[in-house]
Amino acid sequence: MPEASLLKIGFKIINMETIETDLDSVLKQEYQHGFVTDVDESFLPPGLTEQTIRQISAIKKEPEFLLEWRLKAFERWLTLREPEWSTIHHPPINYQEISYYAAPKSLEDGPKSLDEVDPKLLETYEKLGIPIEEQKALSGIAVDAVFDSVSVATTFKAELEKVGVIFCSFSEAVQNHPDLVQKYLGTVVPQTDNFFATLNSAVFSDGAFVYIPKGVRCPMELSSYFRINATNTGQFERTLIIAEEGSYVSYLEGCTAPQRDENQLHAAVVELVAMEGAEIRYSTIQNWYPGDENGKGGIYNFVTKRGICKGDNAKISWTQVETGSAVTWKYPSVILKGDNSSGEFYSVALTNNYQQADTGTKMTHIGKNTHSTIISKGISAGHGQNAYRGLVKIAKNADNSRNFSQCDSLLMGNKSGAHTFPYIEVKNPTAQVEHEATTSKIGEDQLFLCQQRGISAEDAVSLIVNGFCKEIFKKLPMEFAVEARKLLSISLEGSVG
Amino acid sequence: MKIKKTPFKLRPIVNSERRHVNNNRKPMLEIQNLHVNVEDKKILDGLNLTIKPGEVHAIMGPNGSGKSTLANVLAGRETYQVTHGKIQFGGQDLLEMSTELRSREGVFLAFQNPIEIPGVNNMVFLKAALNAKRSHQGLEELDAADFLKLIRQKIKTVKMDEGLLHRSVNEGFSGGEKKRNEILQMAILEPKLAILDETDSGLDVDALQIVSEGINSLRSPDRSIILVTHYQRILNYVVPDYVHILAKGKIIRSGDKALALEIEEKGYGLNDLSQSA
Ligand SMILES: Nc1ncnc2c1ncn2[C@@H]1O[C@H](COP(=O)(O)OP(=O)(O)O)[C@@H](O)[C@H]1O
Ligand SMILES: [Mg+2]
Repeated sequence: MPEASLLKIGFKIINMETIETDLDSVLKQEYQHGFVTDVDESFLPPGLTEQTIRQISAIKKEPEFLLEWRLKAFERWLTLREPEWSTIHHPPINYQEISYYAAPKSLEDGPKSLDEVDPKLLETYEKLGIPIEEQKALSGIAVDAVFDSVSVATTFKAELEKVGVIFCSFSEAVQNHPDLVQKYLGTVVPQTDNFFATLNSAVFSDGAFVYIPKGVRCPMELSSYFRINATNTGQFERTLIIAEEGSYVSYLEGCTAPQRDENQLHAAVVELVAMEGAEIRYSTIQNWYPGDENGKGGIYNFVTKRGICKGDNAKISWTQVETGSAVTWKYPSVILKGDNSSGEFYSVALTNNYQQADTGTKMTHIGKNTHSTIISKGISAGHGQNAYRGLVKIAKNADNSRNFSQCDSLLMGNKSGAHTFPYIEVKNPTAQVEHEATTSKIGEDQLFLCQQRGISAEDAVSLIVNGFCKEIFKKLPMEFAVEARKLLSISLEGSVG
Repeated sequence: MKIKKTPFKLRPIVNSERRHVNNNRKPMLEIQNLHVNVEDKKILDGLNLTIKPGEVHAIMGPNGSGKSTLANVLAGRETYQVTHGKIQFGGQDLLEMSTELRSREGVFLAFQNPIEIPGVNNMVFLKAALNAKRSHQGLEELDAADFLKLIRQKIKTVKMDEGLLHRSVNEGFSGGEKKRNEILQMAILEPKLAILDETDSGLDVDALQIVSEGINSLRSPDRSIILVTHYQRILNYVVPDYVHILAKGKIIRSGDKALALEIEEKGYGLNDLSQSA
C-alpha cells in the first residue's frame, strides 16, 4: 500500500482563478471565447455539432472505430431529452453553450503561491489535516521535486507492470490497447442507455482504464489520485475496469479535498466487467463544489455507473460517500449475470444547504443464486433534499436469488427532506427480497444531552452522523474512511444553530 | 394529596455523612429571585436558593411544580426562558454561559428521562465528553488506553455491566440501566455541581441502593449536589443537609431531613395543588 499522504496527491489540478459559481456567467464567459475564429487545439468553442465530435476525436488522434462510435452516440443523443423522473430540479442546461474540449491546463496558469488561493478552501484543507506541500499541489501550484507526483506514480506503475496490470488514462488506453477498449467499451453502459450516458459517449474527454489479467490480485489499491496527465477530465469522464477470471482489484475514485471545477455540468460513465470468480471493489468519495449556503453555483453531477458480473461467482461492490455537488444523480448498479454472483451497494449521501441528491442503485438478478445487498444512508440538513431510488429486479430464471435492502434517512432541522423510492420486480417465485427503511431526526434533546456533557453542538452532530454511517465507513479502505469521517463533519458545518 | 408509601429499612445515618454541613465557604450556587417561563407560561416565580460546597440539598415538590424546570435552567436549556433573576455559579454569571461551557466548568445534570442516541457508542460518547472538559481545563486528552483504564474503575461505582459501554448511548437500556449510566457519567466528569433530577424514580429497591451508594461515593467537600425527588425514599440512603419544598414557583419551606418525613406523612399541605399529584 502506498502511504496515505502520498495518496492525497491531487491528480486533479484545481483551477484557482476566481471560480464562477453562477451558471449564466460561466456560460457567458465561454460564449465570449466562442468568437475566437481560428481553431485552437487546446480549446473548442462552445457548441455541439457533428463537427465538434470530429474535432475532439482528431485532437486526440483516435482510431476510426472510436470516432464512429462517438458519432453514433451523438446521432442518438440528438433524439433524446433530459430525464424528468427524478426529484432533482435545476435551471435548464443549454448544451450549445458548453465547450466540449479543453486541453489539460498547464501549471503555469495556476496560482503562484498559497496567498493566491481562496482562504476558505485553505481553511478546509487545514481541517482535513492536509500538509502544506499537498495543499499546494491540490491548489494547482507547481511544486518542486520534493513532491513529485509523477515520479511516485512511475514507481507504482513499474510494480503494476510486473504483474501485468494495465492502469492508465483512457486516452492512453485508446492509443496503446485499442483492442481491449473496442471489445469492452459500451458493453455495460450502452450508448443508448440514457441521455447523459449518450452525451458522454459522444464527447467524453478522458478518464481511467484498468485491466487486471487472469488470476492476478492487484498488489495495491488503485487510485485516481496518482494517475498522471489526467487533469481537467472531470467534466465528461469515462472509466473502464476489466477484471479477468479470478482476479481482484480495489479502485478508489475522488478525494476528500474539495474539488472545484469551472465546468458546471458533469456527466461521467463508469463501466466494470468482472469475469468468472473476479472481484471489483469500487469506492468513491465525491466532493465536488456543492454551491454556496444560498444554493448558488455548484456542480451538476449526472453519473452512470454500472458493473456486470459476467461470469459465475463474480463480485462487484460499490461504496460511495457523496457529499459534494449541487445536484447528484447517480445509480451505481450491478447486473448479476453469472450464477452465484453478488452485487453490493453501500452509500452515504449528504445534502446540506440547497444540495439535492437522487441516488441509489439497480440490482438486476439474472443468474441463479445471485445475491445483492443495498445499504443506503441519506443525511439531509439545511434545505437539502435526499432521495433514495433503487430497483431490485429478479429475472425469470434467477432461482434462489436474494436481496436485502436497507435505507435509512437522517434529517436535521425542519427544512430538509428525505424520500425513498424502492422498486421491486420479481419474476421468480423462489426469490427472497427484503426491504427495510427508517427515518430519524437529530433531536434537540439529543443535542442538549451532548452539550450538557460538554460536547459542542457541531461535535455532537458529527458524533451522531458518523454513528449513523458507521456501517458504510467500514466498507471503505482505511485511509479513505478516516478522511470520509472528517469530510462529513466539515460538510455539516453551519447546519446547527 | 396521596403519597405512595414504600416500606423500607432505615439504614442508620452515620455521623460522618453530616460532615459537610458547617462551612463558611463562599456559595457554589446562588439563585436570586428567579423567574422562568415555558412557552409563555410562568413556571418559576421568584425562586431563591443558596448552596455551599459539599452540601446536598433535596428539592421536593408536587408533579408539575417546576423541579425539572429549575434543573434544566441551571443546565442552560433554551426552551426555558429566564425572564428575571440572577444565578451565580462559583462567582460566575451562570446565565451568561453556554450549555457546554457550564458543563466544562462543572455543572452536571442527570436527566429525569435519559434519552437514547442511536449509533453513538456509549464509550465514544463518554470519552468525547471527558476530553471536551479536559481540553477546556488545558489538560491533555486521554487516549483510548488510559480512558479504558479509567472507565473500568468508575464503572464499579455503579456496578454497571461493561457490555453497556459498547452499546449505543442508552439505546435499549432498561430504566435502571439508564439511571446508572447517568451516575457513571457523573463519576467520570467529576462535576462541582450535580443536579440529579428524579434519579430515584423507576428504580427497584436494589437498584436504588446501588445508585445511592454511587452518589454517596461522589459526595465530597468540593462538590455540591441538588437531589430533585418526588419521594423521600432516596433520602434514607443519600442523606441531605437541607430539604426544600418547591411549590407555586418558589421554595415555600426549607428544613432538614425531618421535613421530608413530615411531607411524606402529611403531604405538601397545598390544598389547591392537591389534584395535580
Ligand atoms: N417543554 C415544555 N413545554 C411545555 N410545558 C412544559 C415543558 N416543560 C415543562 N412544562 C410545564 O412546566 C411545568 C413544570 O414542569 P416540570 O418542571 O417538569 O415539573 P416537575 O419536574 O416538578 O414535575 C408543568 O406545568 C409542565 O407541564
Ligand atoms: Mg420533573
